[in-house]
Amino acid sequence: MTPDPTAAQAVPAGSPAGSPPGASAGSPAGPTAPAPVRAPAPAGRRRFPVGTALTYVSLLAATAVVLLPLAVVLLTSLKTSEEVADGNALTLPGDWLNLDNYVTAFTDGHMPAAFGNTAFILFFSIGGTVVIGSMTAYAIDRFEFRAKKLVMALFLVATLVPSVTTQVATFQIVNGFELVDTRWAPILLYMGTDIVSVYIFLQFIRGIPVSLDEAARLDGANSLTIYRKIIFPLLKPAVATVVIIKGITTYNDFYIPFLYLHSEDLGTISTALFRFKGPFGAHWEAISAGAILVIIPTLVVFLLLQRWIYNGFAQGATK
Amino acid sequence: MTETTYTASRATVAGPQRPPGKARRTGRGARHPEGRTPRGRSWRHSPLQRMTPWLFLAAPLALLITFTYVPVASMVSYSFTDWDGVSPDRNATGVDNYVQIFTRPELFRVFFVSGYYLAASVLQIAVALYFATVLSFDLRFRNFFKGILFFPYLINGVAIGFVFLYFFQDGGTLDSVLARLGVGTDHAWLGDPTSANVSLAGVSVWRFTGLNFVLFLGAIQSIPGELYEAAELDGAGKWQQFRHIIAPSIRPVLSLSIILAISGSLSVFEIPYIMTGGATGTSTFVIQTVKLAFQFNKTGLASAAAVVLLAIILLITWIQRRLVPDDKVDLV
Repeated sequence: MTPDPTAAQAVPAGSPAGSPPGASAGSPAGPTAPAPVRAPAPAGRRRFPVGTALTYVSLLAATAVVLLPLAVVLLTSLKTSEEVADGNALTLPGDWLNLDNYVTAFTDGHMPAAFGNTAFILFFSIGGTVVIGSMTAYAIDRFEFRAKKLVMALFLVATLVPSVTTQVATFQIVNGFELVDTRWAPILLYMGTDIVSVYIFLQFIRGIPVSLDEAARLDGANSLTIYRKIIFPLLKPAVATVVIIKGITTYNDFYIPFLYLHSEDLGTISTALFRFKGPFGAHWEAISAGAILVIIPTLVVFLLLQRWIYNGFAQGATK
Repeated sequence: MTETTYTASRATVAGPQRPPGKARRTGRGARHPEGRTPRGRSWRHSPLQRMTPWLFLAAPLALLITFTYVPVASMVSYSFTDWDGVSPDRNATGVDNYVQIFTRPELFRVFFVSGYYLAASVLQIAVALYFATVLSFDLRFRNFFKGILFFPYLINGVAIGFVFLYFFQDGGTLDSVLARLGVGTDHAWLGDPTSANVSLAGVSVWRFTGLNFVLFLGAIQSIPGELYEAAELDGAGKWQQFRHIIAPSIRPVLSLSIILAISGSLSVFEIPYIMTGGATGTSTFVIQTVKLAFQFNKTGLASAAAVVLLAIILLITWIQRRLVPDDKVDLV
């Protein structure tokens, strides 16, 4: 991929002649054929003689592989413990509105506290990442200073160090600050080790014309005002990308809260769900309900923000 | 002040009617003392101005150094000691920790577990590439299938662990489906090392295929449609189009995926830790390191293990950069 941040978004606007890129937009493909798949379109690559059938078979198989494990857990979460104990996994629950397991998971599983802690950590670590990432990008892109090359090298090399490997020593540092078992430990770590967001901001800030800075400078604005009033508002699309990527990865992270938050009342949704393993032992209906409770917010966010999520993760990974 | 509008691009720094503000980008050496804006002069030459970028960088750099570089440095220094992570004293033991990692079979064994995940990521990349190619063409329910394939990547790892614990457990989803298909089995999927590792690696494929898929799809969709049309006019078949149009354009993403796959295979933690706790021969490098450091208080040995892992990952990244010198190196 080119490092052009707009590449992904530019795709649907590509060629309006019913080319594959245009297909995602829907309407550009319209003029050639209303039903592009089956119509005997002049473009021969649309016609898979036997291929079409096989393609759909493979897609349906993949859909089944993805959905089956999730669907069974959803069914299990609606069953009573007797139904789980003697039925096989594919039987349907007797009462489709049996939400007892969800109540159990919510109350006995400390889920409200876990959602609260996760929200707290999400709020501060996302806010911090956005501020820190955009400030870094602003300083690196808009100023000339002596150690600029060194600073850039520091950020570049840090992307190569996987944080799973360094936790042994990071733990000692966090311990030195006496932050172990506080919610500030994950917040600081999420903020301080996110270099991908710096790159996303850096890519984006390069597309903002310097003449805007100049004009403001001539009107007497200082650097902080330019950053706050001009650069930051224009970075909104990049902020959206960072918030989405950071939000989902933080929500899903298990490793950091597992290492740093030991108290039961400090669990995030990952560690709270992990603790279901002990008390609920073989109570699969309660564990399933907990898992579904954790998945639902992700599903809602995904359905609402699909387009941004695809672009965001594609950008985040290629940086 | 209309001059600024003539210079749309910041690249035009040289030239006779350079607007005064442009001087800022040309660096300290090129800055002329006769700055023509009266307001600009007041701050431009003060020490505060030289400090400005550092004011913005102070917090980011402090965090970067505290949580990335200091840990790496202290990790290296711990790795030559027998420190337990708690007591004030520690003894230098030289390279003893490293010798242990490579000579004690029970410590070295975890590298072989990575092999399962590495093999799984080959499958994962192939599957992702297939579906990305298929879905780059017009299909019914295209966005639905795209969403289905990507969604597992977004799900919480602990939830995935539990979903698949139930999937593989005795009388669970997999056994029930097989029974429905007439293949009765009472195989304990997580019961012996080979079967358990294959199962866990399968879960990893289920979880991460979506990311590779979306990366490939993005790369394929950025190919201009005219290329396919031209190829068709020249009589190229589907396979030839894939071979000569799609394959070259996804090479950078493919090489990125391979790096992610290798470093990911070496640093697997969540899925096996949640599902088996590292039992029945499923312990991975990171699980072992975490256990050494936080359960057995062998910080020195764990640090040495982490240094080895870090060195391997850096080496692989370096090899990749040498083999595929693509344009991504110009990140900064």
